[in-house]
Amino acid sequence: MTAPAPVPVPSARAILTATGLRKTFGQTLALDHASISLAPGEIVAVMGPSGSGKSTLLHCLAGILRPDQGSVIYQGQDLTTLRDAARSTLRRTQFGFIFQFGQLVPELTCLENVALPLRMERVPRAEANRRATEELQRLAVEDVAGQRPGEISGGQGQRVAVARALVTRPRVIFADEPTGALDSLNGELVLRQLTATARETRASILLVTHEARVAAYSDREIVVRDGRTRDPLTAGAAA
Amino acid sequence: MSMGQTFLGLLEAGPRHGYDLKRAYDERFSHIRPVHFGQVYATLARLLKHGLVELDAVEAGEGPERKRYAVTEAGVADVDHWLARPEAPDPYLQNTLYTKVVLALLTGRSATDLLDLQRTEHLRLMRELTQRKANGDLIDHLICDHGLFHLEADLRWLELTAARLDDLAATLTPAGGTTTGRTIRA
Ligand SMILES: Nc1ncnc2c1ncn2[C@@H]1O[C@H](COP(=O)(O)OP(=O)(O)OP(=O)(O)O)[C@@H](O)[C@H]1O
Ligand SMILES: [Mg+2]
Repeated sequence: MTAPAPVPVPSARAILTATGLRKTFGQTLALDHASISLAPGEIVAVMGPSGSGKSTLLHCLAGILRPDQGSVIYQGQDLTTLRDAARSTLRRTQFGFIFQFGQLVPELTCLENVALPLRMERVPRAEANRRATEELQRLAVEDVAGQRPGEISGGQGQRVAVARALVTRPRVIFADEPTGALDSLNGELVLRQLTATARETRASILLVTHEARVAAYSDREIVVRDGRTRDPLTAGAAA
Repeated sequence: MSMGQTFLGLLEAGPRHGYDLKRAYDERFSHIRPVHFGQVYATLARLLKHGLVELDAVEAGEGPERKRYAVTEAGVADVDHWLARPEAPDPYLQNTLYTKVVLALLTGRSATDLLDLQRTEHLRLMRELTQRKANGDLIDHLICDHGLFHLEADLRWLELTAARLDDLAATLTPAGGTTTGRTIRA
Protein backbone atom coordinates (compact mmCIF):
# COMPACT_ATOMS: atom_id res chain seq x y z
CA MET A 1 0.00 0.00 0.00
CA THR A 2 1.41 3.37 -0.88
CA ALA A 3 0.89 6.04 1.70
CA PRO A 4 0.03 9.50 0.43
CA ALA A 5 2.03 12.30 1.99
CA PRO A 6 0.32 13.88 4.99
CA VAL A 7 -1.59 16.99 4.06
CA PRO A 8 0.56 19.99 4.90
CA VAL A 9 -1.15 22.20 7.41
CA PRO A 10 -0.72 25.88 8.17
CA SER A 11 1.09 25.34 11.46
CA ALA A 12 2.39 28.89 11.84
CA ARG A 13 -1.03 30.21 12.76
CA ALA A 14 -2.33 27.01 14.25
CA ILE A 15 -3.03 26.41 17.92
CA LEU A 16 -3.56 22.70 17.32
CA THR A 17 -2.27 20.63 14.43
CA ALA A 18 -2.56 16.92 13.82
CA THR A 19 -0.63 15.30 11.02
CA GLY A 20 -0.75 11.78 9.63
CA LEU A 21 -2.82 10.24 12.40
CA ARG A 22 -3.40 6.54 12.36
CA LYS A 23 -5.37 4.64 14.97
CA THR A 24 -6.47 1.03 15.06
CA PHE A 25 -8.78 -0.80 17.44
CA GLY A 26 -7.91 -4.47 16.97
CA GLN A 27 -8.65 -5.16 13.33
CA THR A 28 -10.49 -1.89 12.83
CA LEU A 29 -8.59 0.91 11.19
CA ALA A 30 -10.41 3.89 12.67
CA LEU A 31 -8.05 6.61 11.42
CA ASP A 32 -5.58 6.56 8.59
CA HIS A 33 -3.58 9.57 7.40
CA ALA A 34 -5.89 11.96 9.16
CA SER A 35 -4.70 15.55 9.36
CA ILE A 36 -6.36 18.67 10.62
CA SER A 37 -5.38 22.09 11.85
CA LEU A 38 -7.17 24.61 14.04
CA ALA A 39 -6.31 28.30 14.12
CA PRO A 40 -6.89 30.32 17.30
CA GLY A 41 -10.54 31.31 17.45
CA GLU A 42 -11.46 29.13 14.54
CA ILE A 43 -14.55 26.92 14.56
CA VAL A 44 -14.12 23.81 12.46
CA ALA A 45 -16.92 21.34 11.85
CA VAL A 46 -16.02 17.68 11.44
CA MET A 47 -18.57 15.88 9.34
CA GLY A 48 -18.84 12.45 7.79
CA PRO A 49 -20.81 9.21 7.92
CA SER A 50 -21.36 7.22 11.09
CA GLY A 51 -18.33 5.14 11.96
CA SER A 52 -16.00 7.15 9.75
CA GLY A 53 -13.71 8.10 12.64
CA LYS A 54 -14.92 11.53 13.75
CA SER A 55 -14.99 10.79 17.47
CA THR A 56 -11.69 8.94 17.28
CA LEU A 57 -10.15 11.98 15.61
CA LEU A 58 -11.52 14.24 18.33
CA HIS A 59 -10.21 11.97 21.08
CA CYS A 60 -6.73 11.91 19.52
CA LEU A 61 -6.69 15.68 19.13
CA ALA A 62 -7.79 16.17 22.72
CA GLY A 63 -5.09 13.89 24.11
CA ILE A 64 -7.65 11.35 25.34
CA LEU A 65 -6.48 8.68 22.92
CA ARG A 66 -2.92 8.13 21.80
CA PRO A 67 -2.69 7.54 18.05
CA ASP A 68 -0.54 4.67 16.73
CA GLN A 69 1.14 7.05 14.32
CA GLY A 70 1.27 10.75 13.66
CA SER A 71 1.65 13.85 15.76
CA VAL A 72 -0.69 16.19 17.60
CA ILE A 73 0.95 19.52 18.29
CA TYR A 74 -0.71 21.86 20.76
CA GLN A 75 1.17 25.14 21.05
CA GLY A 76 4.48 23.53 20.26
CA GLN A 77 4.02 20.43 22.42
CA ASP A 78 3.44 16.98 20.95
CA LEU A 79 0.57 15.42 22.90
CA THR A 80 1.41 11.96 21.62
CA THR A 81 4.73 11.89 23.46
CA LEU A 82 3.66 13.86 26.52
CA ARG A 83 3.41 11.95 29.79
CA ASP A 84 -0.06 11.08 31.08
CA ALA A 85 0.06 13.50 34.01
CA ALA A 86 1.09 16.39 31.78
CA ARG A 87 -1.60 15.51 29.28
CA SER A 88 -4.34 15.45 31.86
CA THR A 89 -3.22 18.80 33.25
CA LEU A 90 -3.34 20.19 29.75
CA ARG A 91 -6.82 18.79 29.21
CA ARG A 92 -8.02 20.25 32.49
CA THR A 93 -6.58 23.71 32.01
CA GLN A 94 -6.58 24.33 28.26
CA PHE A 95 -9.40 22.22 26.85
CA GLY A 96 -13.16 22.12 27.29
CA PHE A 97 -15.33 19.12 26.52
CA ILE A 98 -18.95 18.76 25.54
CA PHE A 99 -20.16 15.26 24.84
CA GLN A 100 -23.62 14.01 24.19
CA PHE A 101 -24.05 11.66 27.10
CA GLY A 102 -23.47 11.42 30.83
CA GLN A 103 -21.11 14.20 31.57
CA LEU A 104 -22.53 15.75 34.70
CA VAL A 105 -21.78 14.28 38.10
CA PRO A 106 -25.15 13.07 39.36
CA GLU A 107 -24.39 13.59 43.06
CA LEU A 108 -23.55 17.27 42.66
CA THR A 109 -25.90 20.18 42.09
CA CYS A 110 -25.74 21.92 38.73
CA LEU A 111 -23.87 24.83 40.29
CA GLU A 112 -21.34 22.46 41.87
CA ASN A 113 -20.96 20.67 38.56
CA VAL A 114 -20.11 23.89 36.76
CA ALA A 115 -17.81 25.06 39.57
CA LEU A 116 -16.00 21.72 39.71
CA PRO A 117 -13.35 22.35 37.01
CA LEU A 118 -12.43 25.59 38.80
CA ARG A 119 -12.27 23.92 42.19
CA MET A 120 -9.91 21.33 40.72
CA GLU A 121 -7.66 24.23 39.79
CA ARG A 122 -7.84 25.40 43.41
CA VAL A 123 -9.94 28.46 42.70
CA PRO A 124 -11.48 29.47 46.08
CA ARG A 125 -15.05 28.30 46.54
CA ALA A 126 -16.70 31.73 46.58
CA GLU A 127 -14.93 32.81 43.42
CA ALA A 128 -15.66 29.48 41.70
CA ASN A 129 -19.35 29.72 42.58
CA ARG A 130 -19.55 33.29 41.36
CA ARG A 131 -18.08 32.38 37.99
CA ALA A 132 -20.21 29.25 37.73
CA THR A 133 -23.35 31.28 38.41
CA GLU A 134 -22.37 33.75 35.72
CA GLU A 135 -21.90 30.94 33.25
CA LEU A 136 -25.27 29.40 34.12
CA GLN A 137 -26.84 32.81 33.53
CA ARG A 138 -25.32 33.12 30.10
CA LEU A 139 -26.97 29.86 29.16
CA ALA A 140 -30.23 30.84 30.83
CA VAL A 141 -30.24 27.95 33.31
CA GLU A 142 -29.44 29.79 36.54
CA ASP A 143 -32.78 28.67 37.94
CA VAL A 144 -31.66 25.02 38.09
CA ALA A 145 -28.43 25.87 39.91
CA GLY A 146 -29.51 24.11 43.09
CA GLN A 147 -30.92 21.00 41.42
CA ARG A 148 -29.14 17.77 40.60
CA PRO A 149 -28.76 16.52 37.00
CA GLY A 150 -31.41 13.85 37.60
CA GLU A 151 -33.98 16.51 38.39
CA ILE A 152 -33.70 18.64 35.24
CA SER A 153 -34.63 18.16 31.60
CA GLY A 154 -32.25 16.83 28.96
CA GLY A 155 -32.06 20.23 27.29
CA GLN A 156 -31.27 21.95 30.55
CA GLY A 157 -28.64 19.30 31.19
CA GLN A 158 -26.98 20.13 27.87
CA ARG A 159 -26.83 23.79 28.77
CA VAL A 160 -25.34 23.07 32.17
CA ALA A 161 -22.74 20.85 30.49
CA VAL A 162 -21.87 23.67 28.09
CA ALA A 163 -21.56 26.06 31.03
CA ARG A 164 -19.17 23.64 32.67
CA ALA A 165 -17.08 23.34 29.51
CA LEU A 166 -16.84 27.11 29.16
CA VAL A 167 -16.26 28.15 32.77
CA THR A 168 -12.49 27.64 32.68
CA ARG A 169 -12.24 29.72 29.47
CA PRO A 170 -10.55 26.91 27.55
CA ARG A 171 -8.39 27.62 24.50
CA VAL A 172 -9.87 24.72 22.58
CA ILE A 173 -13.37 23.33 22.98
CA PHE A 174 -14.06 19.78 21.83
CA ALA A 175 -17.72 19.20 21.13
CA ASP A 176 -19.01 15.83 19.94
CA GLU A 177 -22.61 16.13 18.75
CA PRO A 178 -23.18 18.75 21.44
CA THR A 179 -26.83 19.45 20.83
CA GLY A 180 -28.32 16.05 20.17
CA ALA A 181 -31.12 16.81 17.77
CA LEU A 182 -31.26 20.44 16.83
CA ASP A 183 -35.01 20.42 16.33
CA SER A 184 -35.54 22.68 19.28
CA LEU A 185 -34.95 26.20 20.43
CA ASN A 186 -32.77 24.68 23.13
CA GLY A 187 -30.27 23.32 20.63
CA GLU A 188 -30.04 26.68 18.95
CA LEU A 189 -29.47 28.50 22.18
CA VAL A 190 -26.72 26.07 23.11
CA LEU A 191 -24.95 26.56 19.79
CA ARG A 192 -25.36 30.31 19.77
CA GLN A 193 -23.94 30.66 23.28
CA LEU A 194 -21.17 28.20 22.62
CA THR A 195 -20.01 29.91 19.44
CA ALA A 196 -20.51 33.43 20.80
CA THR A 197 -18.40 32.65 23.86
CA ALA A 198 -15.71 31.12 21.67
CA ARG A 199 -15.69 34.25 19.49
CA GLU A 200 -15.44 36.51 22.52
CA THR A 201 -12.61 34.61 24.11
CA ARG A 202 -10.88 33.62 20.86
CA ALA A 203 -11.22 29.97 21.74
CA SER A 204 -11.22 27.40 18.97
CA ILE A 205 -13.92 24.77 18.60
CA LEU A 206 -13.72 21.35 17.06
CA LEU A 207 -17.36 20.62 16.38
CA VAL A 208 -18.21 17.04 15.45
CA THR A 209 -21.65 16.84 13.92
CA HIS A 210 -23.60 15.12 11.20
CA GLU A 211 -26.14 17.93 11.06
CA ALA A 212 -25.63 20.61 8.46
CA ARG A 213 -27.52 23.20 10.48
CA VAL A 214 -25.04 22.66 13.31
CA ALA A 215 -22.07 22.75 10.94
CA ALA A 216 -23.40 26.07 9.63
CA TYR A 217 -22.16 27.65 12.88
CA SER A 218 -18.58 26.80 11.89
CA ASP A 219 -16.04 28.70 9.80
CA ARG A 220 -15.20 25.71 7.66
CA GLU A 221 -15.78 21.99 7.52
CA ILE A 222 -13.63 18.90 7.27
CA VAL A 223 -15.07 15.63 6.05
CA VAL A 224 -13.91 12.31 7.47
CA ARG A 225 -14.51 9.27 5.33
CA ASP A 226 -13.17 5.81 6.14
CA GLY A 227 -10.79 7.32 8.67
CA ARG A 228 -9.34 9.83 6.24
CA THR A 229 -9.78 13.56 6.49
CA ARG A 230 -10.68 15.56 3.49
CA ASP A 231 -10.70 19.28 3.28
CA PRO A 232 -13.27 20.02 0.58
CA LEU A 233 -11.54 23.24 -0.38
CA THR A 234 -8.25 21.55 -1.14
CA ALA A 235 -9.67 18.25 -2.41
CA GLY A 236 -9.53 17.75 -6.15
CA ALA A 237 -12.57 18.87 -8.10
CA ALA A 238 -14.75 16.15 -9.57
CA ALA A 239 -12.89 14.69 -12.47
CA MET B 1 -31.41 20.52 -15.51
CA SER B 2 -29.05 20.18 -18.37
CA MET B 3 -30.13 17.72 -21.04
CA GLY B 4 -27.12 18.64 -23.16
CA GLN B 5 -24.48 17.44 -20.69
CA THR B 6 -26.53 14.37 -19.89
CA PHE B 7 -26.59 13.45 -23.58
CA LEU B 8 -22.87 14.00 -23.80
CA GLY B 9 -22.30 11.76 -20.79
CA LEU B 10 -24.47 9.04 -22.31
CA LEU B 11 -22.55 9.31 -25.56
CA GLU B 12 -19.30 8.62 -23.74
CA ALA B 13 -20.34 4.97 -23.79
CA GLY B 14 -20.29 5.07 -27.59
CA PRO B 15 -22.06 6.69 -30.55
CA ARG B 16 -25.84 6.53 -30.62
CA HIS B 17 -28.76 7.52 -32.80
CA GLY B 18 -31.08 10.24 -31.60
CA TYR B 19 -33.92 7.85 -30.77
CA ASP B 20 -31.57 5.54 -28.92
CA LEU B 21 -30.31 8.47 -26.89
CA LYS B 22 -33.85 9.53 -26.07
CA ARG B 23 -34.68 6.02 -24.90
CA ALA B 24 -31.60 5.86 -22.67
CA TYR B 25 -32.35 9.30 -21.30
CA ASP B 26 -36.00 8.53 -20.54
CA GLU B 27 -35.04 5.30 -18.86
CA ARG B 28 -32.42 6.79 -16.54
CA PHE B 29 -33.44 10.35 -15.97
CA SER B 30 -36.95 11.07 -17.06
CA HIS B 31 -39.14 8.00 -16.68
CA ILE B 32 -42.09 9.97 -15.37
CA ARG B 33 -42.32 12.33 -18.29
CA PRO B 34 -40.49 11.21 -21.44
CA VAL B 35 -38.84 14.01 -23.41
CA HIS B 36 -40.20 15.03 -26.79
CA PHE B 37 -38.32 14.11 -29.93
CA GLY B 38 -38.33 17.76 -30.87
CA GLN B 39 -36.41 18.59 -27.71
CA VAL B 40 -33.96 15.77 -28.32
CA TYR B 41 -33.12 16.92 -31.82
CA ALA B 42 -32.97 20.57 -30.86
CA THR B 43 -30.49 19.67 -28.14
CA LEU B 44 -28.41 17.55 -30.51
CA ALA B 45 -28.39 20.34 -33.09
CA ARG B 46 -27.09 22.74 -30.48
CA LEU B 47 -24.37 20.31 -29.36
CA LEU B 48 -23.37 19.77 -32.97
CA LYS B 49 -23.16 23.48 -33.61
CA HIS B 50 -20.87 23.95 -30.62
CA GLY B 51 -18.64 21.08 -31.62
CA LEU B 52 -19.52 19.00 -28.57
CA VAL B 53 -20.79 16.13 -30.71
CA GLU B 54 -20.04 15.12 -34.26
CA LEU B 55 -21.79 12.98 -36.79
CA ASP B 56 -20.42 9.51 -36.60
CA ALA B 57 -22.43 8.06 -39.45
CA VAL B 58 -25.34 9.08 -41.60
CA GLU B 59 -27.41 6.32 -43.09
CA ALA B 60 -29.12 6.61 -46.43
CA GLY B 61 -32.54 8.22 -46.41
CA GLU B 62 -34.16 11.31 -45.02
CA GLY B 63 -34.72 12.79 -41.61
CA PRO B 64 -32.82 13.25 -38.34
CA GLU B 65 -33.29 9.66 -37.20
CA ARG B 66 -30.69 8.52 -39.72
CA LYS B 67 -27.86 10.30 -37.95
CA ARG B 68 -25.57 8.74 -35.41
CA TYR B 69 -23.83 11.05 -32.95
CA ALA B 70 -20.50 10.72 -31.19
CA VAL B 71 -19.16 12.85 -28.36
CA THR B 72 -16.07 14.94 -29.11
CA GLU B 73 -13.18 15.72 -26.79
CA ALA B 74 -14.70 19.13 -26.20
CA GLY B 75 -17.93 17.35 -25.29
CA VAL B 76 -16.20 15.19 -22.69
CA ALA B 77 -14.53 18.30 -21.29
CA ASP B 78 -17.94 19.94 -21.07
CA VAL B 79 -19.26 17.05 -18.95
CA ASP B 80 -16.17 17.28 -16.73
CA HIS B 81 -16.79 20.96 -16.27
CA TRP B 82 -20.49 20.53 -15.50
CA LEU B 83 -19.91 17.81 -12.93
CA ALA B 84 -17.07 19.72 -11.30
CA ARG B 85 -19.13 22.85 -10.81
CA PRO B 86 -21.44 22.78 -7.80
CA GLU B 87 -25.00 23.90 -8.31
CA ALA B 88 -26.17 27.10 -6.71
CA PRO B 89 -28.05 25.85 -3.65
CA ASP B 90 -31.76 26.01 -4.24
CA PRO B 91 -34.62 24.14 -2.59
CA TYR B 92 -35.66 22.43 -5.82
CA LEU B 93 -32.37 21.01 -6.96
CA GLN B 94 -33.04 17.34 -6.37
CA ASN B 95 -33.47 16.52 -10.01
CA THR B 96 -30.23 18.08 -11.17
CA LEU B 97 -28.27 16.60 -8.30
CA TYR B 98 -29.68 13.17 -8.97
CA THR B 99 -28.77 13.43 -12.62
CA LYS B 100 -25.25 14.54 -11.80
CA VAL B 101 -24.65 11.68 -9.38
CA VAL B 102 -25.99 9.05 -11.76
CA LEU B 103 -24.09 10.49 -14.68
CA ALA B 104 -20.86 10.59 -12.69
CA LEU B 105 -21.27 6.93 -11.78
CA LEU B 106 -22.24 5.92 -15.29
CA THR B 107 -19.20 7.57 -16.76
CA GLY B 108 -16.68 6.50 -14.15
CA ARG B 109 -16.18 9.91 -12.58
CA SER B 110 -15.99 10.44 -8.85
CA ALA B 111 -19.43 10.92 -7.34
CA THR B 112 -17.84 11.39 -3.92
CA ASP B 113 -15.95 14.45 -5.12
CA LEU B 114 -19.12 15.79 -6.59
CA LEU B 115 -21.01 15.30 -3.34
CA ASP B 116 -18.26 16.88 -1.24
CA LEU B 117 -18.14 19.87 -3.52
CA GLN B 118 -21.87 20.31 -3.33
CA ARG B 119 -21.86 20.03 0.43
CA THR B 120 -19.33 22.85 0.62
CA GLU B 121 -21.51 24.99 -1.60
CA HIS B 122 -24.63 24.31 0.45
CA LEU B 123 -22.81 24.98 3.70
CA ARG B 124 -21.56 28.28 2.36
CA LEU B 125 -25.12 29.47 1.93
CA MET B 126 -26.21 27.91 5.21
CA ARG B 127 -23.51 29.84 7.04
CA GLU B 128 -24.75 33.04 5.48
CA LEU B 129 -28.32 32.34 6.57
CA THR B 130 -27.18 31.38 10.06
CA GLN B 131 -25.25 34.63 10.30
CA ARG B 132 -28.22 36.64 9.08
CA LYS B 133 -30.42 34.93 11.59
CA ALA B 134 -28.05 35.85 14.42
CA ASN B 135 -28.15 39.52 13.49
CA GLY B 136 -31.79 39.70 12.52
CA ASP B 137 -35.22 40.00 14.08
CA LEU B 138 -37.84 37.31 14.45
CA ILE B 139 -39.02 37.64 10.86
CA ASP B 140 -35.46 37.17 9.54
CA HIS B 141 -35.23 34.22 11.83
CA LEU B 142 -38.29 32.52 10.39
CA ILE B 143 -37.32 33.21 6.79
CA CYS B 144 -33.76 32.01 7.24
CA ASP B 145 -34.92 28.90 9.06
CA HIS B 146 -37.14 28.01 6.14
CA GLY B 147 -34.14 28.15 3.81
CA LEU B 148 -31.93 26.31 6.28
CA PHE B 149 -34.33 23.40 6.66
CA HIS B 150 -34.67 22.99 2.91
CA LEU B 151 -30.94 23.10 2.33
CA GLU B 152 -30.43 20.61 5.11
CA ALA B 153 -32.91 18.25 3.51
CA ASP B 154 -30.91 18.45 0.28
CA LEU B 155 -27.74 17.66 2.14
CA ARG B 156 -29.23 14.75 4.04
CA TRP B 157 -30.24 13.29 0.75
CA LEU B 158 -26.72 13.87 -0.54
CA GLU B 159 -25.18 12.16 2.50
CA LEU B 160 -27.48 9.20 2.15
CA THR B 161 -26.68 8.98 -1.53
CA ALA B 162 -22.98 9.15 -0.73
CA ALA B 163 -23.46 6.26 1.68
CA ARG B 164 -25.19 4.29 -1.05
CA LEU B 165 -22.79 5.02 -3.87
CA ASP B 166 -21.49 1.48 -4.05
CA ASP B 167 -24.99 0.05 -4.31
CA LEU B 168 -25.92 2.66 -6.84
CA ALA B 169 -22.83 1.94 -8.92
CA ALA B 170 -23.75 -1.75 -8.90
CA THR B 171 -27.29 -0.94 -10.03
CA LEU B 172 -26.00 1.19 -12.83
CA THR B 173 -23.40 -1.20 -14.15
CA PRO B 174 -24.40 -1.42 -17.76
CA ALA B 175 -26.68 -4.39 -18.24
CA GLY B 176 -28.16 -3.02 -21.42
CA GLY B 177 -25.11 -3.63 -23.57
CA THR B 178 -23.31 -0.30 -23.65
CA THR B 179 -19.94 -0.39 -22.01
CA THR B 180 -17.13 2.05 -21.95
CA GLY B 181 -13.45 1.82 -21.31
CA ARG B 182 -14.10 3.56 -18.03
CA THR B 183 -14.87 1.55 -14.95
CA ILE B 184 -17.60 2.52 -12.58
CA ARG B 185 -16.31 3.55 -9.22
CA ALA B 186 -17.64 5.51 -6.30
N1 LIG C 1 -13.00 1.93 21.73
C1 LIG C 1 -13.19 1.32 20.57
N2 LIG C 1 -12.95 0.00 20.43
C2 LIG C 1 -13.11 -0.64 19.26
N3 LIG C 1 -13.49 -0.03 18.12
C3 LIG C 1 -13.74 1.28 18.18
C4 LIG C 1 -13.61 2.03 19.39
N4 LIG C 1 -13.92 3.31 19.13
C5 LIG C 1 -14.24 3.37 17.82
N5 LIG C 1 -14.13 2.17 17.23
C6 LIG C 1 -14.36 1.88 15.81
O1 LIG C 1 -13.64 2.82 15.03
C7 LIG C 1 -14.41 3.28 13.95
C8 LIG C 1 -14.60 4.78 14.03
O2 LIG C 1 -15.41 5.06 15.15
P1 LIG C 1 -15.81 6.54 15.61
O3 LIG C 1 -16.51 6.42 16.92
O4 LIG C 1 -14.61 7.41 15.55
O5 LIG C 1 -16.83 6.94 14.44
P2 LIG C 1 -17.74 8.27 14.30
O6 LIG C 1 -17.42 8.88 13.01
O7 LIG C 1 -17.60 9.10 15.52
O8 LIG C 1 -19.21 7.63 14.22
P3 LIG C 1 -20.62 8.23 14.77
O9 LIG C 1 -21.04 9.29 13.81
O10 LIG C 1 -21.53 7.03 14.69
O11 LIG C 1 -20.42 8.72 16.16
C9 LIG C 1 -15.68 2.48 13.98
O12 LIG C 1 -15.56 1.38 13.12
C10 LIG C 1 -15.80 2.04 15.41
O13 LIG C 1 -16.53 0.84 15.51
MG1 LIG D 1 -18.94 9.65 17.11
